[in-house]
Amino acid sequence: MKLFKNILESVKPHFVEGGKLEKMYPAYDAFETFLFVPDHTTHAGSHIRDAIDLKRTMITVVLALMPALFFGMWNVGQLHFTAIGEEFTLMSAFTFGALKMLPLIIVSYAVGLGIEFAFAISRGHSVNEGYLVTGMLIPMVMPIDVPLWMLAVSVVFAVIIGKEVFGGTGMNILNPALTARAFLFFAYPSFMSGDKVWINTGDAATVDGFSGATPLADLAANIPLDMSLIGSFFNGTIAGSVGETSFVAIMIGAVILLVTGIASWRTMLSVFVGGYIMGLLFNLWGANEFMNIPSYVHLLLGGFAFGAVFMATDPVTAAQTNTAKYIVGFLIGVLAILIRVFNPAYPEGMMLAILFMNVFAPLVDHYVVSANIKRRLKRVKA
Amino acid sequence: MSKDSLFSKKNLKLIKDPLDDNNPITVQVLGICSALAITVQLKPAVVMAVSVFFVMCIANVVVSLMRNMIPSRIRIIVQLVIIATLVILVDQVLKAFLYDVSKELSVFVGLIITNCIIMGRLEAFALANTPWKAFMDGVGNSLGYALPLVVVAFFRELLGSGTLFGYPVLENLGLYQLGYENNGMMILPPMALVTCGVYIWIQRMRNNKLVEQN
Repeated sequence: MKLFKNILESVKPHFVEGGKLEKMYPAYDAFETFLFVPDHTTHAGSHIRDAIDLKRTMITVVLALMPALFFGMWNVGQLHFTAIGEEFTLMSAFTFGALKMLPLIIVSYAVGLGIEFAFAISRGHSVNEGYLVTGMLIPMVMPIDVPLWMLAVSVVFAVIIGKEVFGGTGMNILNPALTARAFLFFAYPSFMSGDKVWINTGDAATVDGFSGATPLADLAANIPLDMSLIGSFFNGTIAGSVGETSFVAIMIGAVILLVTGIASWRTMLSVFVGGYIMGLLFNLWGANEFMNIPSYVHLLLGGFAFGAVFMATDPVTAAQTNTAKYIVGFLIGVLAILIRVFNPAYPEGMMLAILFMNVFAPLVDHYVVSANIKRRLKRVKA
Repeated sequence: MSKDSLFSKKNLKLIKDPLDDNNPITVQVLGICSALAITVQLKPAVVMAVSVFFVMCIANVVVSLMRNMIPSRIRIIVQLVIIATLVILVDQVLKAFLYDVSKELSVFVGLIITNCIIMGRLEAFALANTPWKAFMDGVGNSLGYALPLVVVAFFRELLGSGTLFGYPVLENLGLYQLGYENNGMMILPPMALVTCGVYIWIQRMRNNKLVEQN
């Protein structure tokens, strides 16, 4: 740490006002505050500055993502070796998955942070930390075999059109990670859906009876759910995007987020409640296999848990008032299951449901706030 | 035509203004529906631009010639009749000589009649100016309509289908062997909106006059 400090101190004069690289100050500032607690003081009025700034908040979310990420890496290897019928150990599966996953993470961060730095320098504000989490989320919601250049294109789209256009971190309407996924989903559908993309088989022949379809895709094709697999829905040894499969690993992340108070428990809870109630309603209807599965299974499958814990709780795009958090969260859950069951083209509705409710969150907030004002005005009059 | 020469600065401004500072699509945000609908490929976009050019120039001149005879209470009807006549002409020509494109453009040729840019120019300019000025204004505004249209269509066709005017550019460059894929989203209407938005963004970055002060 002393070494970093010395390096930073020695180059600082170049970046402050009057230095040769004055224009590049946002880049310097980003590195300095990333490594050390900044020594800035407030200029006017008295404020309490919390040492837990945005960067540390973001790091906590990244930490919460780690269980799902590590499990996802192992799962990639595990599915690969199972599909081609080879023996594997815990380590060999994990190494295989990690080697597949690392390029995705590196590309995501390199491209995304590159754009963030470029915008920060050209606009003269400090580099926003929002991308620390987004950059980790994006590879985790992709199929493992997504080509790197496509990932890069989607990151460019998400960061520029999804975020910078609106003014950068904190101003975006849509969740950038989901924007990236939605972009890929509509731009290159053959790489983002179907039964070929979720499991990396290399060029090797697969074992007999192998199917690369996710449980949700099977259900959409009206194939009954094998309830004996319920355990693997829980621990996540099923096909799917890298980070989304394991309910257990995601719940560990959820506990970290809730204990540190970073994510809103209101949103999380109401998403699950919404999904569960919608599942029950479909049970009553029961017109096809998809409607008939037990309601709680809906919450285990696909990206539901991942979306509820890490995407719907995004503090920027979620609703701001507590009442609105309940409403928006509930509707996300309802819509996700609704899209799943009704639209066979989208076996997973979580992405679209969250993006949709992102757009409506400010509206719900507005009505909650104005209802509150009205209520209090009435009290004044009375 | 008083003291002004035909190509005086004032008259040339009529052509230059709508290209950038006062572009009908990106600044006045008129005629957006057709701009979004027909920019999937270059060819229909160019044909549309030419049709609008034809209709707008002639309608402007005709209305300008008749401007002292048109009773102001029924002027909209008169303008509509003039535009509709011209549009029907264009439509018939397209059907006769460019049937494929005509089918692709389908209802949008007919909808030139209701294109707000044309009506707007007739109302705002041709009714109050001499035929030559009205002609220049028609040229300027239809070029101003054509410019974003062609630029957006260029990117949408290149990235969405990998072709330009139907010519397989990207295939001949050998990009597909490298694993390149066409971007299916570019063909969908939402990307027309996004591409238009990026065009406006870049235009405003270069032209400070367009940036609102607040």
